[in-house]
Amino acid sequence: MTSTDHAVDHAADIDRHVKIYVTVFVALMALTIITVAISRLHLPVPEAVTIALIVAVIKGSLVACFFMHLISEKKLIYAVLALTVAFFVALLFLPTLTHFNGFWIHG
Amino acid sequence: MEIPYTVEVRRDTGLTNGKIGIWLFLASEVMLFGALFASYILIRTGSPTWPRGDSILNVPLATFNTIVLISSSVTMVMAWASLKRNRFGTFRIYLGSTVLLGGVFLVVKYFEYSHKFENGLFPSTNNFLALYFTLTGLHMLHVIGGMVVNAYFWGPGAKLWKTNPEWFANRVENSGLFWHFVDLVWIFLFPTLYLL
Amino acid sequence: MSQTTGTVAAPGAHASHDAHHEELGFLRKYVFSTDHKVIGIQYAVTGLLFLFFGFSLMMLMRYQLAYPGAALPLIGKLLGESRMPGGIMLPDFYNELGAMHGTIMVFLGVVPLAVGGFGNFVLPLQIGAPDMAFPKINMVSYQCFFLGGVTMLASFFVPGGAAQSGWTSYAPLAVIASQGQTFWLIGMIFLITSSLLGAVNFITTTIQLRAKGLTFMRFPFFVWAQFVTSFLLLLAFPPLEAAGIMQLMDRLAGTSFFLPSGLVVSGQVVANAGGGNPLLWQHLFWFLAHPEVYVLILPAMGIVAEIIANNTRKPLWGYKPMVYSLIFLGFMSFIVWAHHMFMTGMGTAMAAFFQTTTMIISIPSVVILTALILSLWGGSIRYNTPMLFALGFLPMFGIGGLTGLPLGLNVTDIPLHDTYYVIAHFHYVVAPGTIFGLFAGIYYWYPKATGRKMNETLGKIHFWGSLICMNVIFMPMFKLGLAGVSRRLFDGGATYGFAQPVLHLNVVSSWGAWIMALFQLPFIFNFFWSIRHGEKTGDNPWEATTIEWSAPSPPPHGNFVHAPQAYRGPYEYSVPGAAKGFAPQFEA
Repeated sequence: MTSTDHAVDHAADIDRHVKIYVTVFVALMALTIITVAISRLHLPVPEAVTIALIVAVIKGSLVACFFMHLISEKKLIYAVLALTVAFFVALLFLPTLTHFNGFWIHG
Repeated sequence: MEIPYTVEVRRDTGLTNGKIGIWLFLASEVMLFGALFASYILIRTGSPTWPRGDSILNVPLATFNTIVLISSSVTMVMAWASLKRNRFGTFRIYLGSTVLLGGVFLVVKYFEYSHKFENGLFPSTNNFLALYFTLTGLHMLHVIGGMVVNAYFWGPGAKLWKTNPEWFANRVENSGLFWHFVDLVWIFLFPTLYLL
Repeated sequence: MSQTTGTVAAPGAHASHDAHHEELGFLRKYVFSTDHKVIGIQYAVTGLLFLFFGFSLMMLMRYQLAYPGAALPLIGKLLGESRMPGGIMLPDFYNELGAMHGTIMVFLGVVPLAVGGFGNFVLPLQIGAPDMAFPKINMVSYQCFFLGGVTMLASFFVPGGAAQSGWTSYAPLAVIASQGQTFWLIGMIFLITSSLLGAVNFITTTIQLRAKGLTFMRFPFFVWAQFVTSFLLLLAFPPLEAAGIMQLMDRLAGTSFFLPSGLVVSGQVVANAGGGNPLLWQHLFWFLAHPEVYVLILPAMGIVAEIIANNTRKPLWGYKPMVYSLIFLGFMSFIVWAHHMFMTGMGTAMAAFFQTTTMIISIPSVVILTALILSLWGGSIRYNTPMLFALGFLPMFGIGGLTGLPLGLNVTDIPLHDTYYVIAHFHYVVAPGTIFGLFAGIYYWYPKATGRKMNETLGKIHFWGSLICMNVIFMPMFKLGLAGVSRRLFDGGATYGFAQPVLHLNVVSSWGAWIMALFQLPFIFNFFWSIRHGEKTGDNPWEATTIEWSAPSPPPHGNFVHAPQAYRGPYEYSVPGAAKGFAPQFEA
């Protein structure tokens, strides 16, 4: 079904992927150590949350882009995920925003 | 009767049915965990006080677990890569390692939970613990689910490699996507619960 | 696997294979089937049974509302002393009936019929596919629905009875309620799982298994409707599942996700940790429940669109605006939910936000309804039973939709919230709205499923009786609500002074309901009688243009003898200069 040429390209492709997987693994380990180390500094909550989130987003993006191959996925998948992210953000923040706009919050 | 695009991709979308199916399912899972994170945000911001994660939970143990889960993600993707390289034996080693690492994760969680219970810390004790147990509990159910599917592909399901290697590789890839997602959720759960 | 361009595997090509396949036994063919048509019929019949059961619960309630405190003859005694001592309904039992009526109608009746039934049966046929992308998952999704239904029904028999905190299960009441509520939560988890599996199947099937030449803008409107509906189910249900898990934790593990500090029940302080937020439940519930109402209406709009095009012998007016409106509507439906929460003390900024999105979402609804109405202009209208129900849908949905506007504006919502006005509004949309669309669909696709038509005379009796009775039931409720009568009052407002001048309307609504039940009998009889005795039809009795009508009636396993192809748009009726009065999508 596949020509030998195809199979050779294919193998080289996978080798390249494997190198990337190992690199990403090392990066994830490093970022994990970093995020734990920073938490030891006991920063004020807003700063702590921001930094922890940034690190988590970087780690998550590495897993999504390279382990889940999202970086080379098809447009349809991107479209579904873009829609999901939009609703995810709405769900994450609108209830809390509504709570803090309530009449019981003074001042 | 055969369903088209189970194994070969449809030309205009470039995708197989299974690949679309698993991503749609993962989209729903994003909303599931999203609701729990939204609940965490609402409850925490509405609370006059909130304990630091490291004052109640065991950070070193959870860091270890994070490393375990990330490693299992690597072995998972290596399992799929082995199939694409036609190395069935290597595939089994990597997939087996993935399941084993998942088992390690569960064992650590067992110790974490039982330590909490022994010290009188239950979901009913306060909302921090309620969220902790519910979030990690639901995550744990997903770990178990992923392990069951992976164990199937390691064991009885591997027969498919002989008759339809391309289909088998696709199914392992899709199972891998689920497993990576479980890792992804933990990447956010860990700092949220343990470090903040 | 060969590198095909994706033609559907025609059963004929596998004739030699099939000759080796054993004929499937009864169980594999009709109970544990993976064929979308069998599953569709399973969903449809189960859904119809639940619709009639849910309606029966309401008919019981209507006796109490019409004649509060009166003993119900015959049936009253049968229901036992714990529910109706001496035949007189207890308030708790009224609440049980109310909560389960809502739950059953929405989650066990309408959605399984509209999405599980029509979606499963029609969608693959209409896009020229041999089955759904994941047939086994399809079977599992029906089984989850079935288990959910069994769980919900079982809840009536546990101590304390079924759930009785409304279909909305608000905390903290639902958290402290009796055992039936736990069954409700578990039942919901089954039902949500069923919907999620179905949604994945529908979306994948629509994208991947459509016939050659069937581009997205050549889809019948029904296909678009089911497609958008599936996205709503996929992305909106999980938060309710999360909320259900949290409410189960509150009930069973003693957590306080939804229980505030200092909660006092029956004079006793609740010994919980507290610190929870009852509004969290509301947010998560309505995050699902608002898109859910579009899940209720969109399939019906899809069905009505098909039937109108077919029976006006004209293309739909404004197909493209209708499709774009559908997509926009689906998107907006995720960011309007808190218009159900205007009375929870939200501030003006957020109220303004949700009011604005709610007003915006009315636009695509109006576009779709207007396009459907304009589609009638200049048509050669055939007044068969499916068309009568489709025509009836239009003004009824119009009333339902327009009466929603004052509810969506936060100021006018203040006097109307939780009154009978709300009940009238949403019943107009779902009952003479969606359910009429579903009836239309049953009469329309019955020949495809069975090879026979349902009887027209019985159909017309069913239609006219139902149309009149629906209005008799629900129109007075607007007046009741405007007078200030709250919903969920077990005596229909009898103890309130301001309600006295309008209480007689409860009697009117009740008689409307009981008479409407009688008008369903011709339909039930017709449904079963026509299987054997209906007028036999060929493949395309309605002279329709969409692909499902090219399959045999009923279609075999695999659906099409030759893989269909789409050559043109879905509604090429009365094309000027054409030899035939209609150009089917599937004919070269």
